[in-house]
Amino acid sequence: MAALTDNTVRTTSRRIIGDEMIVFILMTAVLAIVPMTGIYPYFVMQGLCFALLACAFNLLLGYGGLLSFGHAMFLGTAGYVCAHALKVWGFPPELGIVAGVVAAALLSIVTGVVAIRRQGIYFAMITLALAQLLYFIYLQTPFTHGEDGIQGVPQGKMFGVLDLSHPDTLYYVVLGGFLFGFLAIYRAINSPFGEVLKAIRENEQRAISLGYKTDQYKLLAYILSGTLAGLAGSLKVLVAQNASLTDVHWTMSGEIVLMTLVGGLGTVFGPVAGAFAIIAMQQYLAGFGQWVTVIQGVIFVVCVLTFRRGVVGEIAHYFKRSL
Amino acid sequence: MSINLQALSAQLLVGLINGSFYALLSLGLAVIFGMLNIINFAHGAVYMMGAFCAYFLLNVFGIGYWPALILAPVLVGIFGMLTERTMLKWLAGLDHLYGLLLTFGLALIIQGVFQNYFGSSGLPYAIPSELQGGINLGFMFLPIYRGWVIVCSLVVCIATWYLIERTRLGAYLRAATENPTLVRAFGINVPRMITLTYGLGVGLAALAGVLSAPINQVRPLMGADLIIVVFAVVVIGGMGSIMGSIITGFALGIIEGLTKYFYPEASNTVVFVLMVLVLLVKPTGLTGRAV
Repeated sequence: MAALTDNTVRTTSRRIIGDEMIVFILMTAVLAIVPMTGIYPYFVMQGLCFALLACAFNLLLGYGGLLSFGHAMFLGTAGYVCAHALKVWGFPPELGIVAGVVAAALLSIVTGVVAIRRQGIYFAMITLALAQLLYFIYLQTPFTHGEDGIQGVPQGKMFGVLDLSHPDTLYYVVLGGFLFGFLAIYRAINSPFGEVLKAIRENEQRAISLGYKTDQYKLLAYILSGTLAGLAGSLKVLVAQNASLTDVHWTMSGEIVLMTLVGGLGTVFGPVAGAFAIIAMQQYLAGFGQWVTVIQGVIFVVCVLTFRRGVVGEIAHYFKRSL
Repeated sequence: MSINLQALSAQLLVGLINGSFYALLSLGLAVIFGMLNIINFAHGAVYMMGAFCAYFLLNVFGIGYWPALILAPVLVGIFGMLTERTMLKWLAGLDHLYGLLLTFGLALIIQGVFQNYFGSSGLPYAIPSELQGGINLGFMFLPIYRGWVIVCSLVVCIATWYLIERTRLGAYLRAATENPTLVRAFGINVPRMITLTYGLGVGLAALAGVLSAPINQVRPLMGADLIIVVFAVVVIGGMGSIMGSIITGFALGIIEGLTKYFYPEASNTVVFVLMVLVLLVKPTGLTGRAV
């Protein structure tokens, strides 16, 4: 069986760090000046939430070889818990974010123990089924308000000083959350842990024979991925001021997969590019109704048949750099 | 606790009907997976296409239920074989996950196109006149059409099992699953067999769609949520055995029906909860081999 991605470019480690650092500084600089350019900040904030979500998903698929078709459950769970904590319990925003992240972490521990018992496509089907189980639970439990969702979530003042109802302040808080999550993932994939994870992706049997307890590594990657997806869910609540069933539905899980696939599986920056590309496409084509779904399907098919490296993966391959 | 036999048997009947659809769909998934190593995410979409095909045959060409029962699976099966020849074929040798992603994309395209033209509401499809009415069994009233659906799917399931496990063609198929290169060396056209197998699996799903058209209305998203339940059924049963998929499908339908009677709040989730329990106790699934 061929490896899932061929986005691994072999270069000396010194240059890899150099290239990735340059792109990271460029990305941060561009994102930092967005509020001064007059670009609609809510679009970029939404993009940042999905970019973090896709990066977390990519940690699991691109580096661990595990395709989760239920990542929306972390986004939705963190969103519901964060929204409930802010609106009903009157938590300040920083504690609301933490509450959402903790909920996603707990969920990822419970679902991870079940899901990593199977590999490959079974793992994908199991995560999809688990997410659907949660969807029905959230549809029926009273605190989520069913089809209406939790609306009008107050943004409040972070640490008592940062007024999040001001768009610029909110923007930099969301950017800070995104960069924190991005760097955490970057650190993880370049650590010894990340190296073992890539070894498992390439050849799990060999990793086992070398003495690695691969299930523990996969579970840890799953929990890390789910927790950071939860951070994206909490931030998204602060931006959108609501939490709804859309965020737990399987279509959302599919969109996460699509963003990562378009950007480039197993690349550092691919999921960010893919998330912004898909969000932008949805914005521009919003008036075309269900044709958006059809176009997403076509992108899936085209990507899988001809474009498996994704945008960033193709660029990296062309320049023989690691991005 | 007193049991209302009338209500209980009504829910059991609904469970058996759903179980027949689970069995037909998971059987098709297992057949396709055995040959192509692909989990067909578009299975729910082709199920829906089967129902729509019957609807078009009736309303555009005036072709009734009985011919549609044969024609719709054949037409949708041909559509499936075309997608196999033009797309899925190119995924051979790649990671299995790409097959899942490609068929997911196909499902989005098919469902999106139908949603554009038919919205999300249901279209009615009448029960054929021969199967209208019902029989009073004393403890319950059995609508004839529902009894027919259960019998028909049981027969088709067992026929498929016979075809694969007991005939020469099935022997080739099973051999090609184990070692395609060797089977090709014996002069058997394996690529054509793969195409036909995909057509067969898709045709089974379309047949389930035609059977369900008079019961559940014809809707563009009728297969979208169903396929996730069927995935859970497949995880529970394992895809190693044809008979295993059939029995698991019917059994889970019945369990779902019982849950609808005893604890209706959990009827949407019971299959998923069972999947979790099975994974904790026997990760390979009830009949599955280790993967």
